[in-house]
Amino acid sequence: MQPFLSLAHISKTYAGVRALEDVSLTVYPGEIHCLVGENGSGKSTLIKIIAGVVQPDAGQIVINGKAMHHLHPIDAIREGIQVIYQDFSLFPNLTVAENIAINHELSRQKRWVNWQEVREIARQAMRKINVQLDLDATVGEIPVADKQLVAICRALLQNAKLIIMDEATTALTEREIRALFEVIHNVQREGVAVLFVSHKLDEVLEIADKALIIRNGRVVLDADARELDRSKLTYYMTGRNIEEAIFEWQGDPNSPPLLQVRHLTSLGSFEDVSFDLHPGEILGVTGLLGSGRTELALALFGAIPIDSGEIVLEGQPVVLRSIQDAVAHGIGYVPEDRLTEGLFLERSISDNILARILDALKGAGRLLDRASMKATTQEWIARLSIKPPHAELPAKSLSGGNQQRVVLAKWLASKPRLLILNGPTMGVDVGSKMELHEIIKQLAREGLGVIIISDDIPELMQTCNRILLMRRGRIVERFERRQITEMDLTQRLVAV
Amino acid sequence: MTSQETARRSDTLWMRLIIRDGNLLRLFIACVLIFVIMTLLRPEVFPTVENFRSMGSQFPEVGILAIAIMIAMLTGGIDLSIVSIANLSGVLAALLIRTVIPADAPDALVVVGLIGAVAVAFAVGALCGLFNGLLIARVNLTPILATLGTMTLYTGITVVITRGNAVFAENRLTFIGNTYLFDLIPIPMLIFAVVVAVFSVILNRTAFGLKLYLIGTNEKAARFSGIDVPRALIGTYVLSGLLSAVVAIIFLGRNNSAKWDFAPSYVLQAILVAVLAGVNPSGGSGRLLGIVLAILALQFVSTGLNMLLLAVSGGQFFKEFAWGALLLIIMVINYFSERRRAKG
Repeated sequence: MQPFLSLAHISKTYAGVRALEDVSLTVYPGEIHCLVGENGSGKSTLIKIIAGVVQPDAGQIVINGKAMHHLHPIDAIREGIQVIYQDFSLFPNLTVAENIAINHELSRQKRWVNWQEVREIARQAMRKINVQLDLDATVGEIPVADKQLVAICRALLQNAKLIIMDEATTALTEREIRALFEVIHNVQREGVAVLFVSHKLDEVLEIADKALIIRNGRVVLDADARELDRSKLTYYMTGRNIEEAIFEWQGDPNSPPLLQVRHLTSLGSFEDVSFDLHPGEILGVTGLLGSGRTELALALFGAIPIDSGEIVLEGQPVVLRSIQDAVAHGIGYVPEDRLTEGLFLERSISDNILARILDALKGAGRLLDRASMKATTQEWIARLSIKPPHAELPAKSLSGGNQQRVVLAKWLASKPRLLILNGPTMGVDVGSKMELHEIIKQLAREGLGVIIISDDIPELMQTCNRILLMRRGRIVERFERRQITEMDLTQRLVAV
Repeated sequence: MTSQETARRSDTLWMRLIIRDGNLLRLFIACVLIFVIMTLLRPEVFPTVENFRSMGSQFPEVGILAIAIMIAMLTGGIDLSIVSIANLSGVLAALLIRTVIPADAPDALVVVGLIGAVAVAFAVGALCGLFNGLLIARVNLTPILATLGTMTLYTGITVVITRGNAVFAENRLTFIGNTYLFDLIPIPMLIFAVVVAVFSVILNRTAFGLKLYLIGTNEKAARFSGIDVPRALIGTYVLSGLLSAVVAIIFLGRNNSAKWDFAPSYVLQAILVAVLAGVNPSGGSGRLLGIVLAILALQFVSTGLNMLLLAVSGGQFFKEFAWGALLLIIMVINYFSERRRAKG
């Protein structure tokens, strides 16, 4: 069979920095090819070259047997290459039907739009991949997962032969990811190839026919997915063998707990939640989006009001009316969305780390004590090995993993008793992720009580000694980590 | 070079700041250029002690108001009521002086009266600012709407109190407007220098100052970091009210009277200075040095143009045009240099 796309010896240099070097890739029709690599490995550059947005410095591009000497975006689209970017490039103010069919309708160069036809075209596209969406819903108001389906339908209508999906699952819940995989298989059955770009190992292992792993702009492995497993993938992605040790809690379950939550209820968010947390324990709280897991975290942080129930910290009942109350009791919270809730992007690493403890840094005459500011910043940059270690750099210049370390450092500098981490490694690549896990485990060993909110089951299995499962605002199951397998927990998470 | 190294050589700190910050550098160059050009064009009047004294009495009022605008802008807000607060505090201070000090009172009593007047002005300024702050931080009104409302409210109160008339204070107060230190530096300019010094400490060396920048950068993250955002915002508007009170004292010293409709155009001029100074209206960044350079550049331009166009009919109105043009030119240059930097 003739390959649909073949790239040979592609190289690209940006301002002296080598983004890609001698990369070759062959994609056959109807094949699901995963492109795997950490952030900054050159994945995005490769996608842009295939889409004709960026011209390679060297190498050949052959599409459908035709050598493309100077691939323009318009040529790429004509040949059937469709890229679904993370923002989907949809029109949020138009309906689902309009978004799916409008390009198709416009390309027929008719003066009048036939709305009947628009709906029919959209319906057919949806039928092809067996999905159902409300044709009249406004795209700006539908869930992310549905937006993605709209983008896929639209791509199919453009006569796509290869759909490139860039980090398609980032904003999706576990169940939505399942549904998306189903759709991808339907797309595949139509004879369309899919290039699935991801850094999430489990997804790659599940969906890929073939995988191309790149690191620092070079291909390190181009293999059949059946030959891969998680440790191999990790090794090739990071160039390291990372065997993550499972966390064992050594403490005494009969010792006085750090935190006791009794029948905590916040109407409309969660109900009758009770659990204990001992110093040095890492407790996982999982559940699907909307299960009340984030609200529970926010309530423990004083950010949303509690209607009934009790929170007891080291034997003392506490009332958390505001974030200031929670902070005063030594409770820290690392939010889910670090960009909007955790970081001051334009401010320096130093300002970010010190934001929480400014009032404690007053020296003579109520002025900030510059020496201790500097010392504190340096201490945490070193302890969490934040890279690059320059306190004056703005937070926005850091990678996701290092940004998360900065947010962690902000809380650790205030010496909390209890730290709540909501999605601690979201959008962080695999190497950094494991390093973050190590940091969290070390903190717990030093006696900090940690609660991790996440729907990343492997993450919970590696870091927590106990896991609570929430559904519709209630804790429905409790596990000692030792008593359950990853597969089991995943199934229970998505079970209705 | 890290900023610690910069700070160690504090003798040249402000020069380094200017060189590192493109906007400050451009403002500095504009200042020097305008000064040199005006000096070349009008060597007999521009670079003179006379002119220096005159300019030094003119810019501090708008300069101080621009600092009030700046601190509100740092948090992502704005304070439109500054001039109304200045007029209200000025009127009340003048009324106090007129009531307690007879025209033939000894100088010592005038001094006491002046201290009392300053206290009244500060109290009124702080109260007005507190009210602004409460509306913004506790009732969650948008700063621009809250202070637009209080601007009208405070002006209205002033009109009612004075029945729309000017209130004359005490003749001897005008020393504030007519005295020159070393025969050169007018008192308002001294006050301006003190205000700049105090605020550079507040903004750069206190927890409160750093919190303003953090809130302006990302209010949500500030709340999630346990910063008491409402408290900091209230503090900001109280400070802004206090600065307005300082301006009220200068008004009083210069004119020996206070009136409800004094200097309404200063609000927009102060905003213009702040924006020209590179203060980000959506919050999080801005430097006092920028305010100083911006107000100097504008003062040089308007004085210079006055001298050049004195003979031309309608020449005095050219100032408005020049200020607007300068603002647009600097912003356009900033836009293109930012874009070039983003590309490079």
